[in-house]
Amino acid sequence: MSALDYVAEVSAVPIGDILRRYPLAADYLANIRLSGVDETKTLPEILEDVDEDMLEEFGLDREEVIFHFCAFIEAFSRVKRPDEAISSITILGGRNKTGRPEMVELTITPGEVVSIVGPTGSGKSRLLEDIECLAQRDTPTARQILINGSVPDADKRFVAGGKLVAQLSQNMNFVMDLTVQEFLEMHAKSRMIAGSAAVVEKCFAVANSLAGEKFTLDTKVTQLSGGQSRSLMIADTALLGSSPIILIDELENAGIDRREAVKLLVGNEKIVLMSTHDPLLALRADKRIVIRNGGITKVIETTAEEEETLHKIEAIDSVLLDIRNQLRGGGIVAKESIPEFQEI
Amino acid sequence: MKLITVAGPPSSGKTSVILKTIAALGLPEGSVGVVKFDSLTSFDHQRYDEQQIPNQTAFAGKICPDHFFVSNVEGAVEWGMKKGLSVLITESAGLCNRCSPYVNAILSVCVIDNLSGVNTPRKIGPMLKYADIVVVTKGDIVSQAEREVFAFNIREVNASATVLFVNGITGQGAFLLARYWQDALDIRTLRDRKLRFTMPAAICSYCTGETLIGEMYQMGMVKRMEFDDV
Ligand SMILES: Nc1nc2c(ncn2[C@@H]2O[C@H](COP(=O)(O)OP(=O)(O)OP(=O)(O)O)[C@@H](O)[C@H]2O)c(=O)[nH]1
Ligand SMILES: Nc1ncnc2c1ncn2[C@@H]1O[C@H](COP(=O)(O)OP(=O)(O)OP(=O)(O)O)[C@@H](O)[C@H]1O
Ligand SMILES: [Mg+2]
Ligand SMILES: [Mg+2]
Ligand SMILES: [Zn+2]
Ligand SMILES: [Zn+2]
Repeated sequence: MSALDYVAEVSAVPIGDILRRYPLAADYLANIRLSGVDETKTLPEILEDVDEDMLEEFGLDREEVIFHFCAFIEAFSRVKRPDEAISSITILGGRNKTGRPEMVELTITPGEVVSIVGPTGSGKSRLLEDIECLAQRDTPTARQILINGSVPDADKRFVAGGKLVAQLSQNMNFVMDLTVQEFLEMHAKSRMIAGSAAVVEKCFAVANSLAGEKFTLDTKVTQLSGGQSRSLMIADTALLGSSPIILIDELENAGIDRREAVKLLVGNEKIVLMSTHDPLLALRADKRIVIRNGGITKVIETTAEEEETLHKIEAIDSVLLDIRNQLRGGGIVAKESIPEFQEI
Repeated sequence: MKLITVAGPPSSGKTSVILKTIAALGLPEGSVGVVKFDSLTSFDHQRYDEQQIPNQTAFAGKICPDHFFVSNVEGAVEWGMKKGLSVLITESAGLCNRCSPYVNAILSVCVIDNLSGVNTPRKIGPMLKYADIVVVTKGDIVSQAEREVFAFNIREVNASATVLFVNGITGQGAFLLARYWQDALDIRTLRDRKLRFTMPAAICSYCTGETLIGEMYQMGMVKRMEFDDV
């Protein structure tokens, strides 16, 4: 259907019914200061009584309002193509900072977690960036990214830009002046998710299970602690986000259950790549990419032995957490709380 | 010469985005220039100078910034042609929410930032509504969900624009923006081209220097507010 097809409908049907059929259309009217109109009248009838000068301020005349209103309805009623399934992404090597070829071809499938490790400045964030823009040998690294084994068409790359990939990073905050509930509902509305109440409920419950301290639905998102914010962002990305690929840039020390967070994302059939300096996260991945001097030098599969060391590392981690908590609680760190390590 | 007009609220990241996108264009030094239109002060020229980017700054002063823009953009194009630029970018700041310095067929870019509140796209008006590309900055400091809601609110105002996220600090996303800039229209002059949207009317007594308050001092085009009866 084109915008013109809606003109007949909008001209004949009272605006109240139109708004019930297309709830989002209320936003269009609000944007041109036409909210709270007489619901029994049609839009053309309403416009008869509207001051032409007011419409002119928006650069519109009555006819244009009707047409733009219809175009708006059309744009937001387009049958949404089901989000195309992503079965894999492939990274084809380019060159490192000194121009040496990067000998790598790595394919990642949904449900897989890949960590990216390497010294500061080595190019971890750059790799995530290449994936985000679906690089086609046209970024400084000359890498190429394939989707489902082939070159993504320009349309996917440019128009869908950002749709395929969601990003989470340490310095992200909430800035909206909304409660947790309003925030989740607003996100659900923008995704035009049907039955959003249940998703909102679930998202809230999951976020709370990841966070150390619990929060309520009527907490303002800006008042959440760092850990609580991160938990809500992760739950929201996993359950309400549409992007099949999730890039995480440094999520350490966020005060959340990192293991559960990663599980949650993977459980929702996402492809997860995370740049990290945290051994616990790095080893929890299926594979890790090692970067040096701007190039991928190795791809290591996490071995069974490494997985076993995870328990030990977790033990060390919990010792550290303990000390941290002692300090937080205003205590004095007791020598006994630190296990004996072999002196080097 | 390709002409690109960039506009956006103060400190939304216009200069940062322009600098990163020029870098991503990868054209020879000195072949991309910028003309900055502002109202009172600007320090942008220092940043353009640092990158050896030919640039000019113009201040509207007491003239309405939009009117100032239209009366000088042709001169800007002449300057760019004389300099032998292959790409000229105009950066407009200090505009009001009522205007848009966009010209038909000339690539028009609106830069807004995520921090300004989710409803901002609905308030900016023509500057956003008539843009071909809407660049959203500062996505690095807000949540993914807010970025999505923000982009949705932009689409509600301007369903046909391309929405791109660019990080003004790291330049992430500038590469895609550069691809659009490469396709901008080549022109030699702007003469006889039309603005996309009328400029705000400015013909009241205050436009010509009146400073006293009171009905008797108001002349010309005046718009009166209507208050509820009490
Ligand atoms: N965190 C973050 N900061 C940004 C980003 N883009 C720009 N900034 C910062 O925002 C501030 C304003 O950026 P400018 O590029 O000067 O903004 P402008 O729109 O050119 O400003 P005027 O020309 O003065 O109106 C600077 O401190 C930038 O470093 C971004 O993507 N992320
Ligand atoms: N192959 C490459 N060719 C050219 N430049 C590169 C290459 N890889 C990375 N760079 C550049 O090197 C710089 C540092 O890279 P990046 O920010 O990705 O490091 P990082 O590993 O994320 O560091 P940190 O751990 O500090 O976050 C960036 O400017 C990036 O664009
Ligand atoms: Mg980094
Ligand atoms: Mg500037
Ligand atoms: Zn103005
Ligand atoms: Zn005036």
